[in-house]
Order: sequence, then C-alpha cells, then structure tokens
Amino acid sequence: MGLSDSEILMPASGADAVRAFGDGRDVTVFAGGTILMPMIAYRRYPQRARTLMLGRAGLNQISADGNVAVGAMTTLAAIAGSGVEPLAAAARDVADPEIRAQATLGGNLCAPPSRQGPRGDLQAALLAARAEVRCAVAGRERIEPIDEFLAGLDAEPRLVLGVELERPRRAAYSSQRRPHAHSYAVMAVACAELADGVRVAAAGVAKRAVRLRSVERALADGAAAEQASAGALDGLEPQDDALASSWYRREVLPVLVRRAITQLGGG
Amino acid sequence: MQLNVNGVSRAVSSPPLTSLLEVLREELAVLSPKHGCEQGGCGACTVLVDGEPRRSCLLPLAAVGDARITTVEGLGAPGDLAPVQSAFHDRYAAQCGYCTSGMLLAAHALIERKGGPVDRDEVLDALSGHVCRCTGYVKIVEAVMAASRGQVGAEPIEQPLAPEPSQPEIEIAGSPA
Repeated sequence: MGLSDSEILMPASGADAVRAFGDGRDVTVFAGGTILMPMIAYRRYPQRARTLMLGRAGLNQISADGNVAVGAMTTLAAIAGSGVEPLAAAARDVADPEIRAQATLGGNLCAPPSRQGPRGDLQAALLAARAEVRCAVAGRERIEPIDEFLAGLDAEPRLVLGVELERPRRAAYSSQRRPHAHSYAVMAVACAELADGVRVAAAGVAKRAVRLRSVERALADGAAAEQASAGALDGLEPQDDALASSWYRREVLPVLVRRAITQLGGG
Repeated sequence: MQLNVNGVSRAVSSPPLTSLLEVLREELAVLSPKHGCEQGGCGACTVLVDGEPRRSCLLPLAAVGDARITTVEGLGAPGDLAPVQSAFHDRYAAQCGYCTSGMLLAAHALIERKGGPVDRDEVLDALSGHVCRCTGYVKIVEAVMAASRGQVGAEPIEQPLAPEPSQPEIEIAGSPA
C-alpha cells in the first residue's frame, strides 16, 4: 500500500475527530506534522488505512482560569507564551520559532522515542505538574493520569484531546541541550510545587519521562538541593544513545536536579 | 486543488501528504525553497504561510488549504527588491546562496512583525533554526538589522576598518607581489 492510498480524514471539530478515530487501530493521527513529515521523507511513515489530520478540528485552546486546560492541538509556541510553568519553559526549550509554531502538545505527548534518542520534550513538565490526559477510545472520552497514559501508550491507541492540571504554586525547569536549536534536549528536569508537595520528573533518562521519587521524598523531609539531588539516579539506568552516553547522563542528571530545585527556591 | 502561491492561484494535483516543498519545486517549478535536510532542521525550505515563516518540508499539501504562500519569487523582483533582499545584496550576506531564501523569508517576517528596528537577539532567535554552512552568519545578522532600520540601497555601507599595519610589510624575494 502506497502513501497515497491512505484515506485522509479532516474532521472539523473535536467530536468529529473522536468519531473518525474510532478504536484507532487503523488510524495514523497527524497533528502538527513535525515528526511525521520527516518520516514520510525517509519512507518510515507509519502507514495505516486512514490518516486523521487534526489541523481543522479545533482542540487548540488554553484556558488558565483556576485549573489549566490545554487542547491537544495547541502549539508549543502558544504553550511557551502561556505563562503556565513548568510547561512554558519546557516548550520554549524546543527547536526554533518556526517549529514551535507548528508542533503541538498532542504530537509531543504521543511521540515515540526516535531511533537516535528520546523525544517528548513536555513529558517531564507534565509529569511534574501531575497533568491528566483527556483522551478518547472507541468513541468514549476518559481522563487518566499522565503516568498511566504514557505507560499504556504502546498497548492501546488513544486520541489525545488535551491535558488538564492544577496550576503549580511554583515551578522550575532545567535542561541540558546540545548547541544546535534542533537537537533534542539530552535530559531535562522539571519541578512543580502542588498543594500536597513538590513533584520532580526527568526526561532523557528512560524511554519516557519518569518521576524522581527519591528526590521528592528527600525534599518532603526537608533536604536541601545538594542533598536531595544525590538520590536522582535511584532506580534509574540511563541509556546510551546518539545524544549522550549512559555515563554522561549519570554525571549530569544530579546537576540538573540540583539546579531545578535551587531555581524552585525550595532547596 | 488550488494553491495560492505569490498571489497567483495555481492548480496542483499532488497527493495530500506531499510536502509543500515538493509541490512547489516539482509540480510548480518554484525553485527558491531548497531541499536541505527534509526534517525541519536546516531552514533552507522556509516559506511564508499567511505571512508566517514555516518549513515547507514539514507542511503537507492537505494542511495548506487556501493559505497564502510567499516565496522569494514573491518577495521582490530584480530592480524592485524587498528591503531585506537589498540589505543582503549590499552587505554580501549571501555566499553559496543555498540558505539565503529561507533566511530572507524568516528575516522578512521578523521585520514585518516588529515594524521597526530589530535587535541582534531577536535576529538570532528568528534565525536560530536556519543553518548557513558557509558560516556567513555575521553578515546575515548585520543585513537583517540594517534592513529593519531602512539602511538599504543608497545608504553608504560602513566598511569595517582594516587594522593598521603595526610594521612595514615584509617583502619576500621572488613573491608575485
């Protein structure tokens, strides 16, 4: 089956998108296209019977009155300018203005790790902020914690409609990049202080972003940044990939954790 | 479907997931957008979509719809260059030229959006995804700043002063000089 055989669906609303997605088994979801278009160019497009293009489905609103709700098709540029931290800082860290104006929350959230390294620049920020993902499967909407969403992403296709979160009281974000605008961040650490304590999450140390629970516990016990960051690697075995070695990640992760905690002002 | 390119409506028949870059170059023979990396990383294919810079390699035809596409061919014409084009010409901001069309369009959009002088950091941010493998960034950044200040065409070009020789040049016997 060639690329031109995939039936193109362009729903005009979120409800239409949910209907068109169905159980998602034969659907490639196309959001901003910054990941899928290169896959087409390289003949690696995840070809399925139907391609669901969400560009005209709406789903691109941010509301930040009280709790925060961000639509799946909200661009990273809009998130970067939203003032909702640590999401805004994580979005600002991605690529350049042209890419940020096209790439979307939903695409970023669902991006599988690439052959070369991890993707999903917003995952750590969403995890730290205890975001919940509103999604649809087989015509039914549901909302699930981001940890569960990420863990189940490979097993069951879901159409992301947006994320919702309590606006953190304070937040911080620290990342290690390579020099060029378009390198994925090697690692990133996000912290968010919520009503019941500080959550800390890291991207780039596992296939998808993970919470750093030892660090969270240390902070809850009143540890300072230096002391809390010592447990950053507990239970983690960072990978080697094209961006950095496992050794490098082990050396740098505690530094990023310390910086993020210091930036949060709680260390 | 019809595609609005540089103010002219053109009929195109490429499949919907074809990149705008490929449609422009292969179907419409609009050749200023360049095939660079084809993964959004180099900026050589940048065009304006409703006035905003976008990577044409990352935009599928189906997502373009009736948006206005502007390429360098629509920015100015010989003898009637856009300010940013004049500034690039005046200040030697193009070398091999491969990145130039993307640089021009991203810079043009920045200047239009700002509507007045842009500072260096703004240029660096707007062009951060545009790669010049001749590494001629100094003159490119200067040209964008000059264009935003209207310093084009008749304006005298300030040449950087050559350093004063600290000692007489040494003549080497037999050298062609």
